[in-house]
Amino acid sequence: MANASQVALFATLFMPLVAGIWVLVFSRSDRAIRWSSILFSLVPLVLSAWLMLTYDRDAGELYGEISAPWIPMLNSNFRIAVDGLSLPLIFLTTLLSTLSLYYSARTIRTRVREYFVMFHLLELSMLGVFMALDYVLFYLFWEVSLVPMYLLIGIWGGENRSYASIKFFIYTLVGSVAMLLAILLTYLATGTFDILMAAEAQPFMQLDDHNRLLLGSLAFWGFFLGFAFKVPSFPFHTWLPDAHTEAPTAGSVILAGVLLKLGAYGFLRIVLPTFPEASQHWAWAVIAVGAVAIVYGAFVCVAQSDLKRLIAYSSVSHMGYVMLGIGAASLVLTPDGLNAVAGKFSDAVTSGQIYDSAVMALNGATLQMFNHGIITGALFLLVGIIYERAHTRDLSKFGGLSAKTPYFYGIMLVTAFASLGLPGLAGFWAEFFTFRGAFAIVPIWAAFGTIGIVMTAVYILWRIIQNVFLGEYDSTKLDHWTDVDGRHADGPTDMVFFEKLTMWPLVIGMFVIGIYPTWLLSFFNTASVRLIMFITGPS
Amino acid sequence: MNPIFDLTWLVPLPPAVACALIILVTNRNKSLSSAIAIAGVVVSLIIGWAVAFSAFVDHDLAHHPVNTTLFSIPTGLTDIDVGYALDPANALMLFMVPFLLVMIFIYARGYMTFPHHLKAVDFPEAHAEGKDPRYSRFMAYISLFAVGMLGLVTSNNLITFFVFWEIMGLCSYLLIGFWFEKESAKKAAFKAFVTTRIGDALLFIGMMVLYIVSEPSSLSFADLFSEDNLYELGRTYANLGFREVTWVSIITFLILCGTIGKSAQFPLHVWLPDAMEGPTPVSAMIHAATMVSAGVFLLIRMYPLFDRALHLTSTSMYLVAGVGAFTALFAATIAMAQWDVKRVLAYSTISQLGYMVAALGIGAYVAALFHLLTHAFFKALLFLGSGSVIHGMEHGHEHAHGHGHDDADDHASELIQRPDGSLDPNDPQDMRNMGGLLRKMPVTGWTFIIGGLALSGFPIITAGFWSKDEILAVAFEENSLVFLALAIAAFCTAFYTMRQMALTFFNRGRTEAADHASESTRSMTVPLILISFFAITLGWIGIPAAFPVLGPIGNNWLGHFLEPFMEVIYIHVLHPEFNFVPLLVSVAVALGGLGLGWLVYGKGLPPGETDPMYRAMGPIWQIFHRKYFIDELYDATVVRLSNFVSSFCASIDARWIIDPLVNLVGKAGVWLSALAAAADHLLVDGLVNLTANFMRWCGGVLTHLQDGKVQAYLVIAMMVLGIWVVLVGMPIVLTLV
Repeated sequence: MANASQVALFATLFMPLVAGIWVLVFSRSDRAIRWSSILFSLVPLVLSAWLMLTYDRDAGELYGEISAPWIPMLNSNFRIAVDGLSLPLIFLTTLLSTLSLYYSARTIRTRVREYFVMFHLLELSMLGVFMALDYVLFYLFWEVSLVPMYLLIGIWGGENRSYASIKFFIYTLVGSVAMLLAILLTYLATGTFDILMAAEAQPFMQLDDHNRLLLGSLAFWGFFLGFAFKVPSFPFHTWLPDAHTEAPTAGSVILAGVLLKLGAYGFLRIVLPTFPEASQHWAWAVIAVGAVAIVYGAFVCVAQSDLKRLIAYSSVSHMGYVMLGIGAASLVLTPDGLNAVAGKFSDAVTSGQIYDSAVMALNGATLQMFNHGIITGALFLLVGIIYERAHTRDLSKFGGLSAKTPYFYGIMLVTAFASLGLPGLAGFWAEFFTFRGAFAIVPIWAAFGTIGIVMTAVYILWRIIQNVFLGEYDSTKLDHWTDVDGRHADGPTDMVFFEKLTMWPLVIGMFVIGIYPTWLLSFFNTASVRLIMFITGPS
Repeated sequence: MNPIFDLTWLVPLPPAVACALIILVTNRNKSLSSAIAIAGVVVSLIIGWAVAFSAFVDHDLAHHPVNTTLFSIPTGLTDIDVGYALDPANALMLFMVPFLLVMIFIYARGYMTFPHHLKAVDFPEAHAEGKDPRYSRFMAYISLFAVGMLGLVTSNNLITFFVFWEIMGLCSYLLIGFWFEKESAKKAAFKAFVTTRIGDALLFIGMMVLYIVSEPSSLSFADLFSEDNLYELGRTYANLGFREVTWVSIITFLILCGTIGKSAQFPLHVWLPDAMEGPTPVSAMIHAATMVSAGVFLLIRMYPLFDRALHLTSTSMYLVAGVGAFTALFAATIAMAQWDVKRVLAYSTISQLGYMVAALGIGAYVAALFHLLTHAFFKALLFLGSGSVIHGMEHGHEHAHGHGHDDADDHASELIQRPDGSLDPNDPQDMRNMGGLLRKMPVTGWTFIIGGLALSGFPIITAGFWSKDEILAVAFEENSLVFLALAIAAFCTAFYTMRQMALTFFNRGRTEAADHASESTRSMTVPLILISFFAITLGWIGIPAAFPVLGPIGNNWLGHFLEPFMEVIYIHVLHPEFNFVPLLVSVAVALGGLGLGWLVYGKGLPPGETDPMYRAMGPIWQIFHRKYFIDELYDATVVRLSNFVSSFCASIDARWIIDPLVNLVGKAGVWLSALAAAADHLLVDGLVNLTANFMRWCGGVLTHLQDGKVQAYLVIAMMVLGIWVVLVGMPIVLTLV
C-alpha cells in the first residue's frame, strides 16, 4: 500500500511526462499549450514543497522511497527516493521550471509545441537524476537530459547556436561515456546497480592496498570526468559560456540553475560515499580545480564584453565554491587524511572539529548549489529581460539604464549583490560555510580563493552595475529599442507585470535565505552529517 | 537585570520597517517617505536611549553583560547562536549613534533639494517640488544604513557583526553613487566598495581562522573572550612555514586589515576622500560619524585579543600603533593642502581615525572609545556645517547668476589652471570661492567654529580636547614615537582647521556667490545647534580625575563606567600617572596650530593669489596637495595588474589554450571522420567493388561457356571429364603402382 509521500514523489517525477504528452497530443492552440504547461508544472512544484514541509529534517532518512523490479537480467531496479540533499534541489528544479515556463509563455513565439514538450522532458530528466537510486536509472535520466537541452539551444538559440549546441552535446557526452565506464566498473565490483548498496558494499575492499586504490581511482576519475564536465569545473568549462550565450533565456535559467547542479550532486551522492579512499586520494585535484575556478572565473568575467557571457563565467566562478567545499570535505574522509590535516593546521584543532569543518564545507557547497540556482537563474532572467528590449548583450551599448528602468535596476541590484555574496542575502552563507570548512582543512587554497571575493565585487559592480545602469543615459549608443513584445519603443522600457511575477519568488528566496538560513540549512546539515558519519563511522 | 535591556534587539528594527515601507509603499510620496524614515530612527533613538541610560546607571551591567540568543544556525553537530549583546561599550555607542542618525535624517530632509547636475526638463515633477527626484530612495537607503549601524552595535557575535558591517558597505556604495549620473560619483562608489572589500576579505580570513582555532569553536563574543581561550590563542603557534607565530598575532593582524579598509587607514585610505561625491548628509553620517568609526569599534569589540597581543609584545600591535600614528600624521598633512571644503574634512576624518587606531595600538582602550564618541559629534557637526555652506553657496550662485543656469553654466564653467591646483569659479565646494560667510550664515558659521575648535582640541571648553589629551597622555607613557607623531598631527590639525575656518567664514567673500549666500533652512540649522551642544559638553564625561580643579568635579565618569567591564573581558586597565608634559604639549600644539593658521590665513586670501604655504613650501606643498600621488601609484600598479590578469585569463580561455584545444579536438574529430570516410571509400568500398568486379569479370569469361552451341558443350564436357580422370584417376593409379 503506497503512502502519501510515495504518491507525491511518483507524481512529482512523472507529472512533467504527463504534461509533455498532453501538450503534444491534446493541446490545440498555442494558448492552450502555454497555459496547460504552466498549470501542469504547478503540480510538481506544490508536491515538492509539500514533501519538503513534511520531511523529518532531524532524522534525515530516505523519504517516499519506491522500489520495483525493472530490468531483472541486469539486476536493476526502479528505485527512487529523496533525502535532505536531494529534496531542496528537487524543489529548486520544480520552482525554476515553473518560472521558466511562465516566462517562456510570453517570449517564445516559434515552434511553441515542440518547445514546451522539450521543456517538460527536461524537467522529467532532471527530477529523475535527483531521485534515482539505481545507476541504470540515474544514467538513463542523465543522458535524457542532454537531448532536450541540445534541442533548446539548437532550435531556439541565438545566431551561433549550432556551434554552441554541438559543443555542449559532445562535451557532456564525453563525460557521460567516462561515467558509463565507471558505472560498469562499480557494477563488476559489487554486482549491483543500486547506488546505496554499492556504497555500502564499498567496492574493491577485498583487494590489496595497491589494487584497491588503482581500481578505485579508475572509477573515481570516470565519475570525476562525467561530473566535472557538467559542473563545469575548470578546465572543462568552455562549453558553458557558448551554451549560455546562445540558449534562449529559460534554457539558460535551467542550464545554470539545475543542470550544473547535477554534476555536483553526483559527487555527493555517488563518488564520496562509494569511493571515499579514492576521493581522499584525489581530493587535491578537486580542491585545486575549485579554488582555481573561483579566481580564474572571476578574472575572466572582468574581461567579458557580452553580458550573458559574463554571467556564464560567473557560474564557473561560483560553482568553484561548490567544488572547493566538496574537495575539502573529501580530504578528511579517511583516517590518514584526517591525521595529516589535524596536525598540519594547528595542535589546537581536534579531529572532531575537523569533522565539523568537513560538514560545514559540505553545507556550504550544497547551500551554494541551491543559492546559485536561484541567483544565477534570476541573473539570466534579467539578462533575458533586457535582451528582449535591446536585442543586444554588448555591454558597451548600455549605460545609465537605472534612470530609465528603476524597477529593473532595483531587482538587478538585489540579485547582483546576492551574487557577490553580500551578507543579508542568500549567497553569503554559502560562501561563509564553504570557506569556514575549507580554511580548517586547506587554508592555503582557501586563502587563494578569497581573491575571488574581491574580484567578484569588481566584475559585478564595474562590469554590470556601473556599465549598464549608472552614468548618464546616452540615446545614441543604441538606437533600436523595442518593448517586451517586439514593438518599437523610444528607449528602454521598464519591467512589465509578467516579468516582475517571474522575478519575485527568486528575490524573496534570496532575502529569506539570507536573513534566516536555518530552515534550508537544516536539510543540508543533516544530509552532510549523515554522509560524513556513513563514511567515517559513528565517532 | 533591568528588563529594559531586553529591548536592545528592537533598536535596529524600526529603520528596517521604515526602509521596507518606503520601497514598497510610499516611494511616490517624497515628504511622507522622509517622515517615515525619521519616525523610524526616532523610535530607535527612544529605545536606544532608554537602554543606554538604563545601562549608564546600572552598576551590575559591567559584571553581567547582556548576551541573549535569538535563533541559531546549524553547523554539523553544533550551532551558531545569533543574538544581541549589551555592555558598557556598546551602551555608549547606543547613546551616540541613534542621536546622530536622527539629527542627520532631519538635516537630510532639508538638504536633498533638486541637485544641480540634473536637468529640470528630465524631472519636471521633482523640480517643481524642489526635491531630489530620488528623494524617497535616499530615505530608504539611509534607513537601511541605520539598520546596519544599529545592528552592528548590538550584535553579540562576530558573524552578525560582519553581516551588518557589509550592509553598511552596501549602503555606502549606494549612497556615494547616489548621484550616479555624475561620472565621478559612480567611479567613487565603485572604488569605495572594492577598496573596503580588500580589507573585508582579509577580515573574513581572520574570522575564519579565529572561528577554527578558538575553543569552543565559535564566533560569539562571550565564547571568544573566555580566559582559557585568550590564553590558548596567545600560547599556541601557527606554523607559517618560515616562522612560528602565535595565533593571536595572525588574527589581530587580519582584523586590523578589516579596520584599515573600513576606517580608511593607510594604505587603503584612498576611497574615503572620493566618497565625498555622495550627498553631504551621507558624508556626515557614513563617512564621518558612524560607518568609518565602525572599523575602530571592531577593534574595540575584539580588544581582548589585541590586549593579549599587546602583553605578548606581538608585532601586530606595533603595526596597529604604527598604522594609526602614521595615518594620523600622513592624512593631516594632506588636509593642509586641499581646497575642497569636504575633502579637508575627509582627510581630517582619516587622520582622527588614525588617532583612535594608534590609541588602541598602545592599549588606550578608554581613550580610543572616548575619542570615537567625541569625534563622531564634532565631525558630524563639521560635515553638516560644510553641507550647509555648500547649499548657501549654491543659493548665492543662483541669486547672483539668476535661475535656470543649470544648462548654460555647467558648460561655461572653466577650470583656471593654477600652480596650487586648478580652480572652477562656479564650484560651490572650493574654499577659494568662499570667504566672509559668517555674516551671511551665522548659525552655520558659529556651529562650524565650535566643531572646528573641538577638532583642533581647543583647551578645556571643547570635547575634542579631553579625548585627544587622554590619548596623548597614554602615548607619552607608552611609546614616545607614537606620541611625537600624534603631537605633530595635532598641530597640523589645528592649523588646517584654522585655515578652513578663515578661508570659509572670515574676511570678505571672494566671489559673487559668496556675497549672496544665505542661511540654510531650519531643518538643517536645528540639528547643527543640537549637535554642537555635545561637541562641547561630551568631553566632561572623561576629565581625568587628577586634572587640577576640574578633575574632582568630573571624576572621570567614563573610566569608572568602563573599567569594571574591561576587567570582565580581561583587558588590562591603564592608569596613566597625571603628567603635565603631555597636557602642556597638547595645549601648545592646539593653540600653536590655530595661531599659526590665523597668522597665515587670517588676512584672507585675495582672489587669484596662490596659497601662502605654497609660496613657502613649494614642491612639498604640491606633494601634500596631490596626496603623495598614491592614487596614481595604485592605478599604475594594482589596477593595471588586475586588468592585465583579467585579459590574460580571458585570452587563455577563449583564444590561446582552452577553447583552441577544444576546437582542435573537434576539428580532429572532423578530420578523423573525413579520413574514415576516405578509408571507407578506398579500402572497404574498394574491396567490395573489387569483389564485385572480379565476379563480373568471371561472369564475363564464363558467359562464353554458355553460348548455346551443343558441340562446344560436348567438347567442354569431355575436357572436364579428361581433367577429372587425370586428377582423380592418376593418384589412384600412382598409389596402386
